Amino acid sequence: MLIRRFEEEAARHYAKGNIGGFLHLYIGQEAIAVAAADVLQPQDYIFQTYRDHGIALARGMSPNAAMAELFGKDTGCSRGFGGSMHFFDVERGFLGGWAIVGGHLALAAGTAFKSKYNEEDRVTICFFGEGSTNIGGFHEAMSLAGLWKLPIVFVCENNQYAMGTPLERTSPLTDLSIKAEGYGMMGDHLEGHDVDVVQAHLAKAVDRARNGGGPTFVEIKTYRFRGHSMSDPAKYRSRTELEQRKQQDPVTVVRERLLGMGVDESTIDDIDLEVDEALDEAVRFAEESEPAREELMMSTVLAPEGDS
Amino acid sequence: MRELRYREALREAMFEEMERDERVFLMGEEVGHYQGAYKVSEGLLEKFGEKRVIDTPIAEAGFAGIGIGAAMVGLRPIIEFMTWNFSFVAFDQIISNAAKVHQMSAGAIRVPIVFRGPNGAAKQVASQHSHSCAPFYTSIPGLYVIQPSTPRDAKGLLKSAIRSNNPVIFLEGETLYGVKGEVPDEGVEELIPIGESRLARPGADCTIVTWGRPYYTVLAAAEKLAAEGIECEVIDPRTLRPLDTKLMVESVRKTNRCVVVHEHWPYGGPGAEIVDRIQREAFDYLDAPVDRVTGLDVPMPYALNLEDKVLPTEERVIDAVKRVSYAR
Repeated sequence: MLIRRFEEEAARHYAKGNIGGFLHLYIGQEAIAVAAADVLQPQDYIFQTYRDHGIALARGMSPNAAMAELFGKDTGCSRGFGGSMHFFDVERGFLGGWAIVGGHLALAAGTAFKSKYNEEDRVTICFFGEGSTNIGGFHEAMSLAGLWKLPIVFVCENNQYAMGTPLERTSPLTDLSIKAEGYGMMGDHLEGHDVDVVQAHLAKAVDRARNGGGPTFVEIKTYRFRGHSMSDPAKYRSRTELEQRKQQDPVTVVRERLLGMGVDESTIDDIDLEVDEALDEAVRFAEESEPAREELMMSTVLAPEGDS
Repeated sequence: MRELRYREALREAMFEEMERDERVFLMGEEVGHYQGAYKVSEGLLEKFGEKRVIDTPIAEAGFAGIGIGAAMVGLRPIIEFMTWNFSFVAFDQIISNAAKVHQMSAGAIRVPIVFRGPNGAAKQVASQHSHSCAPFYTSIPGLYVIQPSTPRDAKGLLKSAIRSNNPVIFLEGETLYGVKGEVPDEGVEELIPIGESRLARPGADCTIVTWGRPYYTVLAAAEKLAAEGIECEVIDPRTLRPLDTKLMVESVRKTNRCVVVHEHWPYGGPGAEIVDRIQREAFDYLDAPVDRVTGLDVPMPYALNLEDKVLPTEERVIDAVKRVSYAR
């Protein structure tokens, strides 16, 4: 719910001009981030694309730091140097939102390479969209991770559209998970609107990586309720299709399940209220924070030398 | 001092740094069992094992990216490109990731990595295998670019590069691997600082700034010019980014003339950058426009007679020095 409301708030402030650049919302895909955060351990590493607010918040980044980053402030998670597409939270093992399609898969494999090199109990999870599966960066990272049996889980969040082009027009396969076999790794595929289902599948893949079983490629079919980014009215899909998919809203699924389990409606309303308050506070925090610092711009081009 | 070949000096640098620091490893095509395409890594697999000398498939973007990822979380990879011509398929990894993540993460993530391999023309390897790559990489903030000319500089600078906390582009000379030169004795550790020029030959009449393969062309030309009474002062920047202009500017203030000699194409790049800095920092001392001798502005042809025309020659260096000296 926090992710959903955070994204709605971000959209509102984008429209008001408080947030610049590109803004890619996670609305509709929340179950995946929430499930992943649940199965990972604190020492694990996470990589995501530019659609990165959801997993960052699920991993425990404060809405204050996230919103302040969108506002370009010094108190943001990347101190105003990253923006929406480049969230970082190194303390929580969140190693970035990356904005060149397919470019971060090899980086993620590199962190898994290090975990294996140092014999650490640590798994890397790397998210990307189905659009990434056609670019060379995907192939080379998957191929090397499979070859070296790295402790990594590749999660393809297949939201059906690579920007505006549907999967059938970009890929000869519609079941992408069969690609796994070609890279000598296990493959899995599932629908992504039910957090419990996603949790169960990801837990298996993460356990396999943690126990020396090598990488897994997991394709999760999902759907974004908004356009690719804020500038996209999503005219390439029908209203009926969108309405149909909204019947499987991951937030509604959870709500109904909780009610079915006997949780009071008022308890859920209280959570909603808490989330609203947290987001009001995040916006206030972002508005009142100091702007990004010019002196940091020069001093972070290169890392300080010494102590190597 | 003893004499070592350029390739041996590089090998010693890697050997010593890998022995010193468990986090350092070498990864690339044919670096292990094959003993290196140019035999730079010969013997390293036997000494350090497959864990730290890692053969890769032909997948530059993949293993460059894996190196960057490993560096982001604390290892110190040396990534060998069989030649720098093959780095173009890993360009995005170097530019969008290695050079950017430190600032993008507001300084939270460091990328201590060295990308190294042979650069520039060899002999008749034609247009796809003859790129002199400094212009591409020197234009990127967030990278160091080093191009050593001598075995001593190759060793001392590679050791510094491996110990650096930043991504380093290390351009070796494909034709220089067999060149012999003085290197400090075993047990004498020399770390040559990144970003310091070196005076290669003193002289009062004309400053020549050069590096890489043309360094040797220039030294030979300088001897011929000396015989005619023109003493050239030769400066080797060694590091192309950051660029240390102190020695060259001091030299130009003394000689009042300057020629820049490099293998890369004439359009932009460190060659043009040096001319720009000298005209701004020593304008009042110049008696002639700064001149350049460069690789010709064409893709490299295969035929030897044409390749010889493209690369800087002693004759072109001598002509340029005489031109800026108004001597004939």
